[in-house]
Amino acid sequence: MKKRWLSLYVENDSGILAKVSGLFAGKGYNLESLTVGPTEDRTISRMTISLLGDDATFEQIKKQLNRMVGIIKVIDMTNIGIRSREVLLIKVTCSRKEEVDEVFRMAQAYQMTVAEYNGGDILLECMNRDKHNQRIIEQFRRFKNIEIVRSGSAAIEWDVRPRL
Amino acid sequence: MKITGAKHFVKALKFEGVDTVFAYPGGYVNDIFDELTHQDDIKLILPRHEQALVHMADGYARATGKPGICIVTSGPGATNIVTSLATAMYDSVPLVCFTGQVPREQIGNDAFQEVDIVGITRGVTKHSVLVKDRDELPRILKEAFYIATTGRPGPVLVDLPADVMKEIREEHFPKTVNIRSYKPSTGIHVGQLKRAMNELKKAERPIFLIGGGVNIAGAGKELIELVNKTKVPVITTIMGKGAIPTNHELYIGNSGMHGSYACNMALEECDLIFSIGARFSDRTTGNLSKFAPKAKIVHIDIDTASISRTVTVDIPIVADAKVAIEKMLTMVQEVERPEWISQIHKWQAEHPLPKEDKHKEFGPRMIMEQINELKEDLIVVTDVGQHQMWTTQYLKMEGNRQLIMSGGLGTMGYGFPASLGASLAGQKKRIICITGDGGFQMNMQEMATAVCYGIPVTVVIMNNQYLGMVRQMQELFLNQRYSLTCLKGDKACTYPSDLESLEADYVPDFVKWADSYHVKGYRVNGKDQLIEALNQAGNITDRPTVIECMIHPDELVFPMVKSGTSLYDMILED
Repeated sequence: MKKRWLSLYVENDSGILAKVSGLFAGKGYNLESLTVGPTEDRTISRMTISLLGDDATFEQIKKQLNRMVGIIKVIDMTNIGIRSREVLLIKVTCSRKEEVDEVFRMAQAYQMTVAEYNGGDILLECMNRDKHNQRIIEQFRRFKNIEIVRSGSAAIEWDVRPRL
Repeated sequence: MKITGAKHFVKALKFEGVDTVFAYPGGYVNDIFDELTHQDDIKLILPRHEQALVHMADGYARATGKPGICIVTSGPGATNIVTSLATAMYDSVPLVCFTGQVPREQIGNDAFQEVDIVGITRGVTKHSVLVKDRDELPRILKEAFYIATTGRPGPVLVDLPADVMKEIREEHFPKTVNIRSYKPSTGIHVGQLKRAMNELKKAERPIFLIGGGVNIAGAGKELIELVNKTKVPVITTIMGKGAIPTNHELYIGNSGMHGSYACNMALEECDLIFSIGARFSDRTTGNLSKFAPKAKIVHIDIDTASISRTVTVDIPIVADAKVAIEKMLTMVQEVERPEWISQIHKWQAEHPLPKEDKHKEFGPRMIMEQINELKEDLIVVTDVGQHQMWTTQYLKMEGNRQLIMSGGLGTMGYGFPASLGASLAGQKKRIICITGDGGFQMNMQEMATAVCYGIPVTVVIMNNQYLGMVRQMQELFLNQRYSLTCLKGDKACTYPSDLESLEADYVPDFVKWADSYHVKGYRVNGKDQLIEALNQAGNITDRPTVIECMIHPDELVFPMVKSGTSLYDMILED
């Protein structure tokens, strides 16, 4: 099982999201995250999908997506240069002053923004690669009262080689 | 001129060349039916159940190659067609099915007879779409026909809210289709094909494995030429049967769960499987890890997703079967392989299909033999079960014959309505529906349809009073513990050894039942009776006929490969 990245250009119609997610559910494919939003062309949306799968299953997924009416293009981004970002929100409810200090210290260490603070609850936000967010989450698990929301990754091709 | 959605709809059907529509009315399709009834170009067929309705359209589509057109109402009308859509989806049958829908403002309210049929059918259609805007109706209708009939054909569902069909717009019929998210493959990768042909030339023990795709593409003539030129022996899947005449010297038979010994052995021993239009389903391959261990595999299919899905393929080629074979014909070389051919003949001689019935006086093989004797051009339509497998094993496909059945989904209740659809296709062939007493009862209400429209189908029921295929599994693999396969519904159902007492007490009496539809019914226990009944039925051209053949429940289909085991572990006989 290996982590894979797909980017789909789809018609900006209601129903496409259900079609794609339904394919994953119906065929038992292991979806990790899925994000979608319109592109520079308002009639087209772009989906970023990360998933876990073996080679054969992944090939099958790509073929199934490719033949689906409503999907304009399927790009396998697993082995090409991409930039991917995921928003992470962590809410910590602190009961002691020491805890508050600890949260602020960690926020600084992980370059997270303190979005809200009301004396007891702290809301932190950041935008990183999903792996990095995962590491941050592991560190915050030491607090008893946390809530975590992740956006799922959005990704775009980016050739890291200089053009000029 | 400005017209309503309903008027546009009917005109669009005519524009697409539709001559027959299978339709069942309801509250939210009244406007459409009003338009349909007041015209004479399109023939309307009213079945008795929506499931059967779509099977009829399916039979029509398979017999003509044209899309089958269905109109049903919203809610239960729509949910009733789900099984039939899945049937068509599996066997790549072009259908365009229209469902009524509640008015747009009521969608989502759990309104009367509202269901999310687009959502429900997403997994069993090639495409399903709700018309949300009257302006989009012309484009969506045009696209529905295009999607259903191009690439790998399949069912398309269009959901029509009642208020959309009332809205008035300027008349407009698009002539062309351009769907940026749907570009079916039309050509072929010549480089890949050259590699494949090179493998074919080198192979010492090659096999052509031919699937339903060749029949759908209408590439039978080209296939025969290819086989004659290459001298490569041919195995078909059950859906590929008939692509090459069964009496062709290089035709071996069907492979798979109930395939012949020679076919399954040939697959085990061959060094190249050259597959065209087959999808390597589990019924064809048996246990995948043990399938064709010595073979390289070339796979030609119109559907990329069918390639390397189950078996790993060495040379994948995406193409229509006819396009591929025509191209192959420009590249072929004949290679003599006398040893391989004689080895196959040896297997055929070692374990041919059982020639006689267990009860020699009358049984399924004798029935098939008599159907084979019929001189007319035939379309044989089967239901699902033992009788279907006997048909795939024993039916001769020579001259002008076609075999239609539900292969992929294995839908009981398919056969009879599909045979009516095939008859309505007007192919000037005699239609024989071979069915079982179980499957026939799943859609036998369509006898009314057959009588009302004067459809001359000969229904041959192999009546053993059991759900025979499952009973066979219970006999062979569950120590004869028969669970609910006896149609008497008796849990401890044991069957008598003589047919007379078996006949004495069962339901329904198909002959009396046929009589209630003013249809001639024959109960048959022997060869001469059967010949007589088949002949008489052939002369009845204004209505169907029922021939009820009383066969013994312990007639089994052999060979049999147990589900999940290797193809080469065949149970050859009792």
